[in-house]
Amino acid sequence: MDPLTATPTPTSDPKDPIMAATLELDLAVSTLREVNARLHDPDLGADDVVVTHPAGRHSVAVGLNRPMTVTVKGHVGYYAAGMNQSADVVVEGNVGVGVAENMMSGSVWVKGSASQSAGATAHGGLLVVEGDAAARCGISMKGVDIVVGGSIGHMSAFMAQAGRLVVRGDAGDALGDSIYEARIYVRGTVASLGADCVAKEMRPEHHEELATLLKSAGYEDDDTHAYTRYGSARSLYHFHVDNTSAY
Amino acid sequence: MTQYRTQPRTSATFDPATIAEIQRAADTGIYDIRGWGAKRALPHFDDLLFLGASMSRYPLEGYRERCGTDVVLGDRHAKYPLHLETPVTIAGMSFGALSGRAKAALGRGASEVGTSTTTGDGGMTPEERSQSKHLVYQYLPSRYGMNPDHLRQADAIEVVLGQGAKPGGGGMLLGQKITERVAQMRTLPQGVDQRSASRHPDWTGPDDLTIKIGELREITDWEKPVYVKVGATRTYYDVKLAVHAGADVVVVDGMQGGTAATQEVFIEHVGIPTLAAIPQAVQALQELGVHRKVQLIVSGGIRTGADVAKAMALGADAVAIGTAALVALGDNDPRWQADYEALGTSAGAYDDFQEGRDPAGITTQDPELQQRLDPVEGGRRLANYLRVLTMEAQTIARACGKAHLQHLEPEDLVAITIEAAAMARVPLAGTSWVPGQTAGGSW
Ligand SMILES: Cc1cc2nc3c(=O)[nH]c(=O)nc-3n(C[C@H](O)[C@H](O)[C@H](O)COP(=O)(O)O)c2cc1C
Repeated sequence: MDPLTATPTPTSDPKDPIMAATLELDLAVSTLREVNARLHDPDLGADDVVVTHPAGRHSVAVGLNRPMTVTVKGHVGYYAAGMNQSADVVVEGNVGVGVAENMMSGSVWVKGSASQSAGATAHGGLLVVEGDAAARCGISMKGVDIVVGGSIGHMSAFMAQAGRLVVRGDAGDALGDSIYEARIYVRGTVASLGADCVAKEMRPEHHEELATLLKSAGYEDDDTHAYTRYGSARSLYHFHVDNTSAY
Repeated sequence: MTQYRTQPRTSATFDPATIAEIQRAADTGIYDIRGWGAKRALPHFDDLLFLGASMSRYPLEGYRERCGTDVVLGDRHAKYPLHLETPVTIAGMSFGALSGRAKAALGRGASEVGTSTTTGDGGMTPEERSQSKHLVYQYLPSRYGMNPDHLRQADAIEVVLGQGAKPGGGGMLLGQKITERVAQMRTLPQGVDQRSASRHPDWTGPDDLTIKIGELREITDWEKPVYVKVGATRTYYDVKLAVHAGADVVVVDGMQGGTAATQEVFIEHVGIPTLAAIPQAVQALQELGVHRKVQLIVSGGIRTGADVAKAMALGADAVAIGTAALVALGDNDPRWQADYEALGTSAGAYDDFQEGRDPAGITTQDPELQQRLDPVEGGRRLANYLRVLTMEAQTIARACGKAHLQHLEPEDLVAITIEAAAMARVPLAGTSWVPGQTAGGSW
């Protein structure tokens, strides 16, 4: 059976055939172009799609722009679920550079670890990485929420503009360099802070915010008191001669 | 008795402007930031001349015989390449640097003559999308306002690696121009001095760029042409790498290219002149066998139809204009002389685009100043100017016996200075000497 032309098999609920349909797209038999084209097709007829045999391919499930669930069974390369809008994507494996880059809404859930620039420039939605994330996690983030189960690499949240980054493990060097209004919560150690990034007081609203974020990523048992909040000292927001050594 | 006295003499090295700059730097402790492009004299298109037809070549009749001007951009991979009626396009200039009304005026003027406009660092505005028939969406390191819906609404995508005015530098927009709307579009606090990134956040190097372009194509279902824009430096290598990465169109911006706000030291001292960059780009395309298949757009100091014709004769498929388009809209207009003087400058010299106090209402976010530019009138002026550029280029092409602007060739050109001859790789006028071209070919 050709997975690209196959009609979705309706499951138990005949009153709601669209919602009930699950479709499998197999990257071992279909090209990436064919699979992404199907995922973009508003008449796909399925809101629940399983992508099999990704075999480390780049740009899997990019540019989705409607509510749907996509489960990718295996490891993927760069830009998995890039620019996601509204869809909920789960990757049952590791992801390469730039997972969920520039996501607008929806969610991307990585069961394994992520390479560099996870969630780069993302404007919204939720990115969960259950394992570790490498360097530049949340670089230039613009409103996304990122929760990392493990640790993150150096230069994470570089120039982060908005959104929240939660790290259950440790953070590498130069965390939050030149950060704007994004908020970072780290439970473990921070190797070093970047320019203009400082530790800040955890007020009740921050405990509340953090608890909600942890819960959304399935870590409701964490004690928010074990976390430290980091953010901008806002001293580099304006050019000033006395700041030159910081640039 | 005549009194012989030594005349006061200014230094050529420490000229008055240099001395004033040392004094200003000592006073403020901050480098000079300004708009416009390089202002120093550089080898340029003025140093080239056309060899009109006579005995050995036939000219075309000026007003009777057809000389085509259209150009197709991006037909290598894209389902919907751009088909423009004139090869003079409008370069990327951000909303933020320019007012919304100025962006609308650019769209009106360009659409009237069938050419494209380009967004900039700061995203796509509805004004711009609605007024521009062909709109190129820039994909920049900052990713300000980067929205996949806009990517899908665009007619082409331009991945920006750099600009001629500041190759290796990121964008800059000072606090005065970060109004509520601009701040909101860029997700920044209002009023900050914004310095955008110089490197893309999610890729490094040419192999990654290949993957990035692949992603952009997948997201937009291989419909749109993908351009890659570079500031002119190591142009031969950059163009080769851009083609390998999958670019449909390469944009090369020379050091004269305009900017909204950059350090003066950057504008005047980094990059190579447009003239020097074009032959390098063309050589790279030719060696890869893709000249005219991957189109070359050249920008940086294009002012006249002669410049357009010269860029095309050297091998460009199209050109882009920034500064000249702003001047056509009304930038530096003498009617605002009193206002320019109040800012300590004069009409023709105003370049403080970063301050947001533009008397002509173009490079500003000030609600009152913006009203000085009427988008309809500005659009009409730009359309007029674009028509003049096109007709001037046609005049030259016909004189060289060419039935299409794209038939212009390096053989139609000579140089009047040794520098220009070496850079443009055309002979010094009246000789067969191309400096730097040793027997056995080019470097
Ligand atoms: C006011 C202004 C704003 C600009 N903004 C951008 C920008 O956002 N992105 C970009 O790639 N280039 C930008 N540029 C550079 C132009 O795209 C173009 O490369 C340059 O203006 C061409 O040279 P010319 O001004 O001599 O025609 C800007 C230029 C000006 C004058």
